[in-house]
Amino acid sequence: MKNTSKLILIALLAGMVAVSGCNKKTRKAEGVGMDGVSTSGTGAGFGPDGQPLGDWQGSGDLLSQTTIHFAYDSSELDADSLAIAEAHAKFLSENSSITVVLEGHADERGTREYNLALGERRAQSVVDVFVALGVSAANIENVSYGEENPVAEGHDESAWHLNRRVEIRYGR
Amino acid sequence: MLKNMKFINMKKTAALLIFLTGLMAFPAHAVLTIEITKGVDIGIPIAIVPFSWKGAAVAGESMSNIIEADLTRSGRFDSIPSTDFLQQPHTAKQVRFKDWRLIKADNLVVGTIEQSGAGTYRVKFQLLDIYTGKTLTGYQYNVQSSKLRNIAHQISDIIYEKLTGEKGAFNTKIAYVTVEKSKKGRRFLLQVADSDGFSPQTILDSHQPLMSPAWSPDARKLAYVSFEKKRSMIYIQRLADGKRENVASFKGINSAPAFSPDGTKLAFVSSKEGNTEIYVLDLRTRAIKRLTHHHGIDTEPSWMPNGKGLVFTSSRSGQAQIYRMNADGSGVKRLTYSGKYNARPSVSADGKLMVMISRGNGLFHVATLNLRNKELNKLTSTLLDESPSFAPNGRMVLYASEQNNKGVLAAVSSDGRVRQTLRFLQGDVREPAWSPYLRRQ
Repeated sequence: MKNTSKLILIALLAGMVAVSGCNKKTRKAEGVGMDGVSTSGTGAGFGPDGQPLGDWQGSGDLLSQTTIHFAYDSSELDADSLAIAEAHAKFLSENSSITVVLEGHADERGTREYNLALGERRAQSVVDVFVALGVSAANIENVSYGEENPVAEGHDESAWHLNRRVEIRYGR
Repeated sequence: MLKNMKFINMKKTAALLIFLTGLMAFPAHAVLTIEITKGVDIGIPIAIVPFSWKGAAVAGESMSNIIEADLTRSGRFDSIPSTDFLQQPHTAKQVRFKDWRLIKADNLVVGTIEQSGAGTYRVKFQLLDIYTGKTLTGYQYNVQSSKLRNIAHQISDIIYEKLTGEKGAFNTKIAYVTVEKSKKGRRFLLQVADSDGFSPQTILDSHQPLMSPAWSPDARKLAYVSFEKKRSMIYIQRLADGKRENVASFKGINSAPAFSPDGTKLAFVSSKEGNTEIYVLDLRTRAIKRLTHHHGIDTEPSWMPNGKGLVFTSSRSGQAQIYRMNADGSGVKRLTYSGKYNARPSVSADGKLMVMISRGNGLFHVATLNLRNKELNKLTSTLLDESPSFAPNGRMVLYASEQNNKGVLAAVSSDGRVRQTLRFLQGDVREPAWSPYLRRQ
């Protein structure tokens, strides 16, 4: 399992470098300070103006998925989850002005404090992929809510599955 | 024989229920149901006669009901239904001992309540040994009507100590979190109530989750986790005036606060160095010391009663299990081996028993581990039990459970014999923490 994900990661990494290489040429630089002078007022006005996801070709489907699910008591990404994480990583690595919050969650089983730690580990798994693929760690925030913010209310596997998740939330 | 016992059992539960429905007439905050799960006639037989009342009526449950519910909930007593009583004495002088021997009431409680002024009442009670005919103890109190419940709990403590030789823990508090859902979103309240769930007071009201309330050893402060700033941070709040302080707001998780038994330190969990580890904050110097060093999850620290070590949950073996370590983080030793998930440990005041959440057959239940002979005892068998917390005398455990899709609080005697649900009327209730003994002020 681990080996497979690693292989996929490496394969995607290699692909991504190639893709992002040519992509950069076709995209305009959005940042500031190209001439070595930094300017103030970075907060408002810069960035993707509210539609960061639409202008990406290629992995549009994956980018529209902003929730990654996990197995019980696990923070490992399966192949599908990894693909979603990598699509977002690619996007972020090329849009260095965009910040992201990775919000980790757990299902209600197990103790609340353990689940808070588990939620963070899940978010950290996604952080690791992002950083490995060149996203600046400074642009990523990892927040865990443990089992405190469920999206599904039931007490069965269908609800639990939906609640074991990392939500990828883009900054403004 | 077994059948017969079951019958008695049901009869007793029913009698208690009938007894307690009197409650419903008043604006009570909790409805109590007591379930005796096994072994009737193990408890100390006791009869509590309704106290006589002279003066203006006060809304609320009768003191004898409160005392009876307290003693029964402890699992140490079997109270005799009032329908069996052959007389209704209120003072020792009025007691016909043979009437009580006949119904096998080894111990009898009688009392009177008289108005002594505007809104004040004089409460007297006596505890009698039916076989020797002696008065074992008796006290009187002069109190405001609002304090009658507290006096009932104090009387329960006196009776409990006199007859078991151990300190009672009824005149104590519990802290817990309630969640109310509305169209506007969720509202989280951190509340403090009497040990039976009555007289709740809100000490924090938030639209973001609240977790893990923990009492200071003097019962004057609560530490807790609040998400009010969109991530977990630890606060310590004084109960008297509500003043509070943010004591941990590091990067990542800040959670699982636990005061040391001497009140000078706070163990907590932080992921500020990248992984969830256990730290200790010195509350006087503000120095922080890291105790755990492992890439697994380390969380839920809880102090040994002598302050020389802590128990905690760790996933270092691949699954959640309970470990102990010295107060400086050295000498880590695994304590649980049975089952795939054991978490949220805490140790009784005498250091003999550890309570925790254990997973078995897909259920998360409350269990105890005897730290001397390693005997494991499952106390509950519901689906999602959480947050077990010992009474300060170690004889009862308060925990959170799930009933009809609602979070409820329940108490179980540490031997698993008697369970009681505290069913609050509003919202979900969770994360209970039983206070230490309250100091007389």
